[in-house]
Amino acid sequence: MKRGMSILAVVTALLLSFALYEALIGAPTEQTMGNVQRIFYYHVPSAWTAFLLFLVNFVASVLFLIRRDTKADILALVTAEVGVVFCTVVLVTGPIWARPVWGIWWTWDLRLTLTLVLWLIYVSYLVLRQFSTSSQTPVLAAVLAIFGALDVPLVYFSIWFFRTQHPAPVIGSGGSLEPRMAHVLLINWAAFLCLAWLVGWTRYRLEVAKREVDEAQALESLLESPR
Amino acid sequence: MTFVSITAATLAKDIRLEWRSKDAINAMLFFSLLVVVIFSFAFDPTAEESRRIAGGLVWVAFLFAAIVALNQTWARELRNQVLDAYRVSPAPTNPLFLAKAFGNFIFVSILEALMIPLFIAFYKLRALGPAWELAPIALLGTWALVVNGTFFAAISLRTRSREIMLPLLLFPISIPALLGMVNATTAVLTGEASARFWIALLLAYDVVFTIACLLLFETVLEAE
Repeated sequence: MKRGMSILAVVTALLLSFALYEALIGAPTEQTMGNVQRIFYYHVPSAWTAFLLFLVNFVASVLFLIRRDTKADILALVTAEVGVVFCTVVLVTGPIWARPVWGIWWTWDLRLTLTLVLWLIYVSYLVLRQFSTSSQTPVLAAVLAIFGALDVPLVYFSIWFFRTQHPAPVIGSGGSLEPRMAHVLLINWAAFLCLAWLVGWTRYRLEVAKREVDEAQALESLLESPR
Repeated sequence: MTFVSITAATLAKDIRLEWRSKDAINAMLFFSLLVVVIFSFAFDPTAEESRRIAGGLVWVAFLFAAIVALNQTWARELRNQVLDAYRVSPAPTNPLFLAKAFGNFIFVSILEALMIPLFIAFYKLRALGPAWELAPIALLGTWALVVNGTFFAAISLRTRSREIMLPLLLFPISIPALLGMVNATTAVLTGEASARFWIALLLAYDVVFTIACLLLFETVLEAE
Protein backbone atom coordinates (compact mmCIF):
# COMPACT_ATOMS: atom_id res chain seq x y z
CA MET A 1 0.00 0.00 0.00
CA LYS A 2 2.82 2.33 0.94
CA ARG A 3 4.63 1.45 -2.27
CA GLY A 4 1.55 2.16 -4.36
CA MET A 5 1.30 5.54 -2.77
CA SER A 6 4.94 6.40 -3.53
CA ILE A 7 4.44 5.42 -7.15
CA LEU A 8 1.28 7.53 -7.32
CA ALA A 9 3.14 10.46 -5.77
CA VAL A 10 5.91 10.25 -8.37
CA VAL A 11 3.42 9.93 -11.23
CA THR A 12 1.45 12.90 -9.90
CA ALA A 13 4.55 15.07 -9.60
CA LEU A 14 5.68 14.20 -13.14
CA LEU A 15 2.23 14.71 -14.62
CA LEU A 16 1.72 18.01 -12.80
CA SER A 17 5.07 19.37 -14.02
CA PHE A 18 4.39 18.27 -17.57
CA ALA A 19 0.85 19.70 -17.43
CA LEU A 20 2.20 22.99 -16.07
CA TYR A 21 4.71 23.20 -18.92
CA GLU A 22 2.05 22.36 -21.48
CA ALA A 23 -0.43 24.87 -20.07
CA LEU A 24 2.03 27.76 -19.84
CA ILE A 25 4.29 27.16 -22.85
CA GLY A 26 3.06 24.21 -24.92
CA ALA A 27 -0.49 25.35 -25.58
CA PRO A 28 -1.03 27.99 -28.27
CA THR A 29 -2.00 31.48 -27.11
CA GLU A 30 -5.68 32.20 -27.52
CA GLN A 31 -6.35 34.80 -30.21
CA THR A 32 -8.66 37.27 -28.48
CA MET A 33 -8.08 36.64 -24.77
CA GLY A 34 -4.33 36.21 -24.87
CA ASN A 35 -2.41 34.58 -22.05
CA VAL A 36 -5.14 35.02 -19.47
CA GLN A 37 -6.98 32.19 -21.21
CA ARG A 38 -4.36 29.75 -19.86
CA ILE A 39 -6.07 29.76 -16.47
CA PHE A 40 -8.68 27.65 -18.26
CA TYR A 41 -6.30 24.67 -17.94
CA TYR A 42 -6.62 24.91 -14.17
CA HIS A 43 -10.17 26.14 -13.86
CA VAL A 44 -11.92 23.47 -15.90
CA PRO A 45 -9.99 20.40 -14.65
CA SER A 46 -10.53 21.57 -11.05
CA ALA A 47 -14.24 21.89 -11.69
CA TRP A 48 -14.47 18.41 -13.24
CA THR A 49 -12.46 16.95 -10.39
CA ALA A 50 -14.60 18.67 -7.75
CA PHE A 51 -17.87 17.52 -9.32
CA LEU A 52 -16.53 13.99 -9.64
CA LEU A 53 -15.54 13.99 -5.97
CA PHE A 54 -18.99 15.26 -4.94
CA LEU A 55 -20.55 12.48 -6.99
CA VAL A 56 -18.36 9.92 -5.19
CA ASN A 57 -19.39 11.54 -1.89
CA PHE A 58 -23.06 11.00 -2.75
CA VAL A 59 -22.54 7.37 -3.78
CA ALA A 60 -20.46 6.68 -0.66
CA SER A 61 -23.12 8.29 1.56
CA VAL A 62 -25.89 6.15 0.08
CA LEU A 63 -23.68 3.06 0.43
CA PHE A 64 -22.98 3.93 4.03
CA LEU A 65 -26.67 4.27 4.88
CA ILE A 66 -27.39 0.90 3.31
CA ARG A 67 -24.40 -1.12 4.55
CA ARG A 68 -23.18 0.95 7.53
CA ASP A 69 -19.63 0.35 6.35
CA THR A 70 -17.04 2.60 8.00
CA LYS A 71 -14.93 2.63 4.84
CA ALA A 72 -17.78 4.23 2.90
CA ASP A 73 -18.12 6.87 5.61
CA ILE A 74 -14.42 7.74 5.54
CA LEU A 75 -14.56 7.87 1.74
CA ALA A 76 -17.51 10.30 1.93
CA LEU A 77 -15.64 12.50 4.41
CA VAL A 78 -12.46 12.52 2.33
CA THR A 79 -14.18 13.24 -0.99
CA ALA A 80 -16.15 16.10 0.56
CA GLU A 81 -12.97 17.66 2.00
CA VAL A 82 -10.89 17.33 -1.16
CA GLY A 83 -13.90 18.31 -3.28
CA VAL A 84 -14.34 21.54 -1.33
CA VAL A 85 -10.66 22.35 -1.89
CA PHE A 86 -10.94 21.86 -5.67
CA CYS A 87 -14.23 23.72 -5.73
CA THR A 88 -12.51 26.63 -3.97
CA VAL A 89 -9.85 26.61 -6.69
CA VAL A 90 -12.64 26.85 -9.28
CA LEU A 91 -14.31 29.75 -7.48
CA VAL A 92 -11.00 31.62 -7.14
CA THR A 93 -9.64 31.07 -10.65
CA GLY A 94 -12.99 31.91 -12.27
CA PRO A 95 -13.11 35.59 -11.20
CA ILE A 96 -9.40 36.05 -11.99
CA TRP A 97 -10.22 35.08 -15.57
CA ALA A 98 -13.58 36.85 -15.68
CA ARG A 99 -12.29 40.26 -14.63
CA PRO A 100 -10.14 40.95 -17.75
CA VAL A 101 -12.35 38.98 -20.16
CA TRP A 102 -15.91 39.84 -19.06
CA GLY A 103 -14.95 43.02 -17.20
CA ILE A 104 -16.64 41.78 -14.02
CA TRP A 105 -15.52 39.56 -11.16
CA TRP A 106 -18.75 37.73 -10.67
CA THR A 107 -22.16 37.29 -12.23
CA TRP A 108 -25.17 35.25 -11.11
CA ASP A 109 -24.90 32.93 -14.03
CA LEU A 110 -26.04 29.30 -14.08
CA ARG A 111 -22.70 27.54 -13.73
CA LEU A 112 -21.19 30.07 -11.36
CA THR A 113 -24.16 30.02 -9.04
CA LEU A 114 -24.47 26.25 -9.16
CA THR A 115 -20.80 25.87 -8.24
CA LEU A 116 -21.14 28.38 -5.41
CA VAL A 117 -24.23 26.65 -4.02
CA LEU A 118 -22.49 23.27 -4.23
CA TRP A 119 -19.56 24.73 -2.35
CA LEU A 120 -21.93 26.10 0.33
CA ILE A 121 -23.72 22.76 0.68
CA TYR A 122 -20.49 20.81 1.11
CA VAL A 123 -19.05 23.36 3.52
CA SER A 124 -22.19 22.96 5.62
CA TYR A 125 -21.65 19.20 5.40
CA LEU A 126 -18.12 19.61 6.78
CA VAL A 127 -19.37 22.01 9.47
CA LEU A 128 -21.91 19.39 10.58
CA ARG A 129 -19.17 16.77 10.84
CA GLN A 130 -17.04 19.22 12.78
CA PHE A 131 -19.74 20.24 15.27
CA SER A 132 -21.53 16.97 15.77
CA THR A 133 -21.17 15.53 19.25
CA SER A 134 -23.01 12.33 18.56
CA SER A 135 -21.38 8.99 17.87
CA GLN A 136 -23.80 8.82 14.96
CA THR A 137 -22.18 11.69 13.04
CA PRO A 138 -21.65 9.47 9.96
CA VAL A 139 -25.39 8.74 9.73
CA LEU A 140 -26.37 12.40 10.08
CA ALA A 141 -23.70 13.47 7.59
CA ALA A 142 -24.78 10.84 5.06
CA VAL A 143 -28.39 12.02 5.32
CA LEU A 144 -27.28 15.61 4.76
CA ALA A 145 -25.20 14.55 1.74
CA ILE A 146 -28.28 12.94 0.19
CA PHE A 147 -30.31 16.10 0.79
CA GLY A 148 -27.55 18.13 -0.82
CA ALA A 149 -27.50 15.89 -3.88
CA LEU A 150 -31.31 16.13 -4.20
CA ASP A 151 -30.95 19.89 -4.11
CA VAL A 152 -28.62 20.08 -7.11
CA PRO A 153 -31.23 19.61 -9.88
CA LEU A 154 -33.55 22.08 -8.13
CA VAL A 155 -30.78 24.66 -7.92
CA TYR A 156 -29.98 23.97 -11.56
CA PHE A 157 -33.53 24.60 -12.76
CA SER A 158 -34.03 27.63 -10.55
CA ILE A 159 -30.99 29.34 -12.01
CA TRP A 160 -31.46 27.98 -15.53
CA PHE A 161 -34.53 30.18 -15.70
CA PHE A 162 -32.25 33.17 -15.87
CA ARG A 163 -30.13 33.98 -18.88
CA THR A 164 -26.74 32.33 -18.76
CA GLN A 165 -23.47 34.11 -19.41
CA HIS A 166 -20.81 31.48 -18.82
CA PRO A 167 -19.07 30.28 -22.00
CA ALA A 168 -20.88 27.13 -23.14
CA PRO A 169 -19.09 23.88 -22.36
CA VAL A 170 -16.43 23.35 -25.00
CA ILE A 171 -16.27 19.58 -24.70
CA GLY A 172 -19.01 17.21 -25.82
CA SER A 173 -21.39 19.71 -27.41
CA GLY A 174 -19.81 20.11 -30.82
CA GLY A 175 -17.35 22.47 -29.19
CA SER A 176 -14.86 24.47 -31.20
CA LEU A 177 -11.87 23.89 -28.93
CA GLU A 178 -8.61 23.70 -30.81
CA PRO A 179 -7.28 20.07 -30.70
CA ARG A 180 -3.97 21.11 -29.16
CA MET A 181 -5.82 22.99 -26.42
CA ALA A 182 -8.11 20.04 -25.75
CA HIS A 183 -5.02 17.87 -25.46
CA VAL A 184 -3.45 20.19 -22.86
CA LEU A 185 -6.76 20.37 -21.03
CA LEU A 186 -7.00 16.59 -20.75
CA ILE A 187 -3.38 16.28 -19.59
CA ASN A 188 -4.13 18.81 -16.88
CA TRP A 189 -7.26 16.96 -15.90
CA ALA A 190 -5.31 13.71 -15.62
CA ALA A 191 -2.74 15.47 -13.44
CA PHE A 192 -5.44 16.98 -11.22
CA LEU A 193 -7.21 13.65 -10.85
CA CYS A 194 -3.93 12.05 -9.76
CA LEU A 195 -3.40 14.87 -7.29
CA ALA A 196 -6.93 14.50 -5.91
CA TRP A 197 -6.44 10.78 -5.62
CA LEU A 198 -3.11 11.21 -3.83
CA VAL A 199 -4.43 13.80 -1.38
CA GLY A 200 -7.61 11.81 -0.82
CA TRP A 201 -5.71 8.61 -0.24
CA THR A 202 -3.37 10.27 2.26
CA ARG A 203 -6.32 11.81 4.06
CA TYR A 204 -8.09 8.45 4.04
CA ARG A 205 -5.16 6.74 5.73
CA LEU A 206 -4.89 9.57 8.22
CA GLU A 207 -8.56 9.23 9.12
CA VAL A 208 -8.28 5.46 9.48
CA ALA A 209 -5.28 5.90 11.78
CA LYS A 210 -7.10 8.60 13.76
CA ARG A 211 -10.11 6.37 14.31
CA GLU A 212 -7.88 3.48 15.40
CA VAL A 213 -6.14 5.73 17.91
CA ASP A 214 -9.48 7.03 19.23
CA GLU A 215 -10.77 3.51 19.59
CA ALA A 216 -7.61 2.34 21.35
CA GLN A 217 -7.75 5.27 23.74
CA ALA A 218 -11.41 4.67 24.51
CA LEU A 219 -10.65 1.01 25.19
CA GLU A 220 -7.66 1.88 27.35
CA SER A 221 -9.57 4.33 29.52
CA LEU A 222 -12.32 1.73 29.85
CA LEU A 223 -9.88 -0.90 31.07
CA GLU A 224 -8.12 1.46 33.45
CA SER A 225 -11.24 2.82 35.10
CA PRO A 226 -11.72 1.52 38.62
CA ARG A 227 -14.57 -0.87 39.04
CA MET B 1 -53.31 3.94 17.17
CA THR B 2 -53.40 4.76 13.52
CA PHE B 3 -51.12 7.03 11.55
CA VAL B 4 -53.64 9.84 11.63
CA SER B 5 -54.45 9.60 15.32
CA ILE B 6 -50.76 9.68 16.32
CA THR B 7 -50.22 12.71 14.13
CA ALA B 8 -53.28 14.42 15.56
CA ALA B 9 -52.33 13.64 19.17
CA THR B 10 -48.78 14.98 18.79
CA LEU B 11 -49.96 18.04 16.91
CA ALA B 12 -52.64 18.79 19.54
CA LYS B 13 -50.03 18.47 22.28
CA ASP B 14 -47.67 20.90 20.54
CA ILE B 15 -50.40 23.42 19.86
CA ARG B 16 -51.56 23.23 23.48
CA LEU B 17 -47.99 23.75 24.69
CA GLU B 18 -47.56 26.74 22.41
CA TRP B 19 -50.97 28.14 23.32
CA ARG B 20 -50.05 28.11 27.00
CA SER B 21 -46.50 29.45 26.71
CA LYS B 22 -46.66 31.42 23.42
CA ASP B 23 -42.84 31.36 23.46
CA ALA B 24 -42.23 30.76 19.78
CA ILE B 25 -45.01 32.94 18.41
CA ASN B 26 -44.08 35.94 20.55
CA ALA B 27 -40.39 35.71 19.75
CA MET B 28 -41.07 35.26 16.01
CA LEU B 29 -43.54 38.14 15.88
CA PHE B 30 -41.30 40.59 17.67
CA PHE B 31 -38.29 39.54 15.62
CA SER B 32 -40.00 40.01 12.28
CA LEU B 33 -41.54 43.27 13.48
CA LEU B 34 -38.01 44.51 14.16
CA VAL B 35 -36.87 43.40 10.72
CA VAL B 36 -39.78 45.24 9.06
CA VAL B 37 -39.11 48.45 10.99
CA ILE B 38 -35.33 48.41 10.53
CA PHE B 39 -35.49 47.68 6.81
CA SER B 40 -38.16 50.29 6.35
CA PHE B 41 -35.94 52.89 8.06
CA ALA B 42 -32.84 51.79 6.21
CA PHE B 43 -34.27 51.85 2.70
CA ASP B 44 -37.24 54.24 2.98
CA PRO B 45 -38.43 52.96 -0.40
CA THR B 46 -40.89 54.51 -2.81
CA ALA B 47 -43.87 52.40 -3.87
CA GLU B 48 -42.11 51.42 -7.08
CA GLU B 49 -38.86 50.34 -5.36
CA SER B 50 -40.62 48.53 -2.57
CA ARG B 51 -42.45 46.35 -5.10
CA ARG B 52 -39.07 45.15 -6.30
CA ILE B 53 -37.49 44.51 -2.91
CA ALA B 54 -40.49 43.51 -0.77
CA GLY B 55 -40.49 39.88 -1.97
CA GLY B 56 -36.95 39.45 -0.73
CA LEU B 57 -37.52 41.31 2.55
CA VAL B 58 -40.72 39.46 3.44
CA TRP B 59 -39.25 36.02 2.92
CA VAL B 60 -35.93 36.76 4.58
CA ALA B 61 -37.81 38.08 7.61
CA PHE B 62 -40.00 34.95 7.72
CA LEU B 63 -37.03 32.66 7.20
CA PHE B 64 -35.08 34.15 10.10
CA ALA B 65 -38.16 34.27 12.31
CA ALA B 66 -39.07 30.66 11.49
CA ILE B 67 -35.68 29.54 12.83
CA VAL B 68 -36.98 30.41 16.32
CA ALA B 69 -39.91 28.00 16.06
CA LEU B 70 -37.84 25.36 14.29
CA ASN B 71 -35.10 25.41 16.90
CA GLN B 72 -37.45 24.63 19.76
CA THR B 73 -39.29 21.87 17.85
CA TRP B 74 -37.13 19.06 19.17
CA ALA B 75 -35.20 20.85 21.89
CA ARG B 76 -38.48 20.98 23.82
CA GLU B 77 -38.65 17.18 23.74
CA LEU B 78 -35.23 16.74 25.35
CA ARG B 79 -36.55 17.78 28.75
CA ASN B 80 -37.78 14.78 30.73
CA GLN B 81 -36.38 12.48 28.01
CA VAL B 82 -39.53 12.73 25.91
CA LEU B 83 -37.53 12.05 22.76
CA ASP B 84 -36.17 8.82 24.23
CA ALA B 85 -39.71 7.79 25.05
CA TYR B 86 -40.64 8.35 21.41
CA ARG B 87 -37.73 6.20 20.33
CA VAL B 88 -38.68 3.21 22.45
CA SER B 89 -42.39 3.50 21.75
CA PRO B 90 -43.68 1.13 19.05
CA ALA B 91 -45.40 4.02 17.25
CA PRO B 92 -44.12 4.70 13.71
CA THR B 93 -41.86 7.74 13.44
CA ASN B 94 -43.33 9.45 10.40
CA PRO B 95 -46.52 10.66 12.13
CA LEU B 96 -44.27 12.30 14.71
CA PHE B 97 -42.32 14.11 12.00
CA LEU B 98 -45.47 15.16 10.16
CA ALA B 99 -47.07 16.46 13.36
CA LYS B 100 -44.00 18.54 14.12
CA ALA B 101 -43.86 19.88 10.57
CA PHE B 102 -47.60 20.70 10.59
CA GLY B 103 -47.17 22.41 13.96
CA ASN B 104 -44.37 24.60 12.63
CA PHE B 105 -46.38 25.24 9.49
CA ILE B 106 -49.27 26.53 11.60
CA PHE B 107 -47.01 28.74 13.75
CA VAL B 108 -45.24 30.27 10.77
CA SER B 109 -48.55 30.75 8.92
CA ILE B 110 -49.99 32.64 11.91
CA LEU B 111 -46.86 34.79 11.91
CA GLU B 112 -47.29 35.50 8.21
CA ALA B 113 -50.98 36.33 8.55
CA LEU B 114 -50.16 38.85 11.26
CA MET B 115 -47.12 40.36 9.57
CA ILE B 116 -48.33 40.73 5.99
CA PRO B 117 -50.72 43.63 6.77
CA LEU B 118 -47.81 45.43 8.43
CA PHE B 119 -45.61 44.87 5.39
CA ILE B 120 -48.36 46.19 3.14
CA ALA B 121 -48.75 49.30 5.29
CA PHE B 122 -45.05 50.06 5.76
CA TYR B 123 -43.99 49.38 2.20
CA LYS B 124 -47.12 50.78 0.51
CA LEU B 125 -47.57 47.51 -1.37
CA ARG B 126 -50.13 46.87 -4.05
CA ALA B 127 -49.84 43.90 -6.37
CA LEU B 128 -49.81 44.75 -10.06
CA GLY B 129 -50.02 41.08 -11.08
CA PRO B 130 -52.66 38.47 -10.17
CA ALA B 131 -52.80 38.80 -6.37
CA TRP B 132 -54.52 35.44 -5.79
CA GLU B 133 -51.26 33.75 -6.81
CA LEU B 134 -49.75 34.97 -3.55
CA ALA B 135 -51.84 32.39 -1.66
CA PRO B 136 -50.26 29.27 -3.27
CA ILE B 137 -46.85 30.97 -3.09
CA ALA B 138 -47.26 31.54 0.65
CA LEU B 139 -48.51 27.99 1.30
CA LEU B 140 -45.85 26.25 -0.79
CA GLY B 141 -43.09 28.57 0.41
CA THR B 142 -43.94 28.11 4.07
CA TRP B 143 -44.08 24.35 3.70
CA ALA B 144 -40.72 24.42 1.90
CA LEU B 145 -39.19 26.25 4.87
CA VAL B 146 -40.73 24.16 7.64
CA VAL B 147 -40.43 20.67 6.18
CA ASN B 148 -36.66 20.85 5.80
CA GLY B 149 -36.37 23.06 8.86
CA THR B 150 -38.09 20.47 11.05
CA PHE B 151 -35.87 17.77 9.61
CA PHE B 152 -32.61 19.67 10.04
CA ALA B 153 -33.61 20.72 13.54
CA ALA B 154 -33.62 16.99 14.38
CA ILE B 155 -30.11 16.69 12.89
CA SER B 156 -28.72 19.76 14.64
CA LEU B 157 -30.04 18.42 17.95
CA ARG B 158 -26.93 16.21 18.13
CA THR B 159 -24.41 19.03 17.68
CA ARG B 160 -22.61 21.58 19.78
CA SER B 161 -24.20 25.06 19.67
CA ARG B 162 -27.26 23.63 17.97
CA GLU B 163 -29.10 26.91 17.67
CA ILE B 164 -26.42 28.20 15.31
CA MET B 165 -26.17 24.89 13.52
CA LEU B 166 -29.73 24.86 12.16
CA PRO B 167 -29.41 27.89 9.86
CA LEU B 168 -25.97 26.70 8.71
CA LEU B 169 -27.52 23.44 7.52
CA LEU B 170 -30.86 24.80 6.36
CA PHE B 171 -29.91 27.89 4.36
CA PRO B 172 -27.65 26.29 1.69
CA ILE B 173 -30.23 23.59 0.95
CA SER B 174 -33.06 26.13 0.92
CA ILE B 175 -31.51 28.34 -1.76
CA PRO B 176 -33.71 27.08 -4.63
CA ALA B 177 -36.83 27.37 -2.46
CA LEU B 178 -35.90 30.91 -1.45
CA LEU B 179 -35.22 31.84 -5.06
CA GLY B 180 -38.64 30.46 -5.90
CA MET B 181 -40.51 32.31 -3.14
CA VAL B 182 -38.76 35.63 -3.67
CA ASN B 183 -38.99 35.62 -7.46
CA ALA B 184 -42.60 34.44 -7.47
CA THR B 185 -43.60 37.16 -4.99
CA THR B 186 -41.70 39.83 -6.92
CA ALA B 187 -43.27 38.64 -10.18
CA VAL B 188 -46.76 39.02 -8.72
CA LEU B 189 -46.05 42.37 -7.07
CA THR B 190 -44.47 44.00 -10.11
CA GLY B 191 -46.76 42.23 -12.58
CA GLU B 192 -43.89 42.13 -15.08
CA ALA B 193 -43.44 38.39 -15.37
CA SER B 194 -45.38 35.22 -14.78
CA ALA B 195 -44.91 33.48 -11.44
CA ARG B 196 -45.93 30.10 -12.88
CA PHE B 197 -42.40 28.71 -13.28
CA TRP B 198 -41.47 29.63 -9.72
CA ILE B 199 -44.66 28.14 -8.28
CA ALA B 200 -43.92 24.91 -10.17
CA LEU B 201 -40.37 24.96 -8.82
CA LEU B 202 -41.64 25.41 -5.25
CA LEU B 203 -44.06 22.55 -5.76
CA ALA B 204 -41.26 20.30 -7.04
CA TYR B 205 -39.06 21.30 -4.10
CA ASP B 206 -41.86 20.54 -1.62
CA VAL B 207 -42.63 17.15 -3.15
CA VAL B 208 -38.98 16.05 -3.40
CA PHE B 209 -38.03 17.06 0.12
CA THR B 210 -41.25 15.92 1.81
CA ILE B 211 -40.62 12.44 0.40
CA ALA B 212 -36.93 12.57 1.34
CA CYS B 213 -37.76 13.67 4.90
CA LEU B 214 -40.33 10.91 5.37
CA LEU B 215 -37.94 8.28 4.00
CA LEU B 216 -34.95 9.36 6.10
CA PHE B 217 -36.54 10.64 9.31
CA GLU B 218 -36.49 7.28 11.06
CA THR B 219 -32.76 6.98 10.36
CA VAL B 220 -32.15 10.38 11.93
CA LEU B 221 -34.38 9.82 14.95
CA GLU B 222 -32.77 6.48 15.74
CA ALA B 223 -29.24 7.86 15.34
CA GLU B 224 -28.21 8.40 18.94
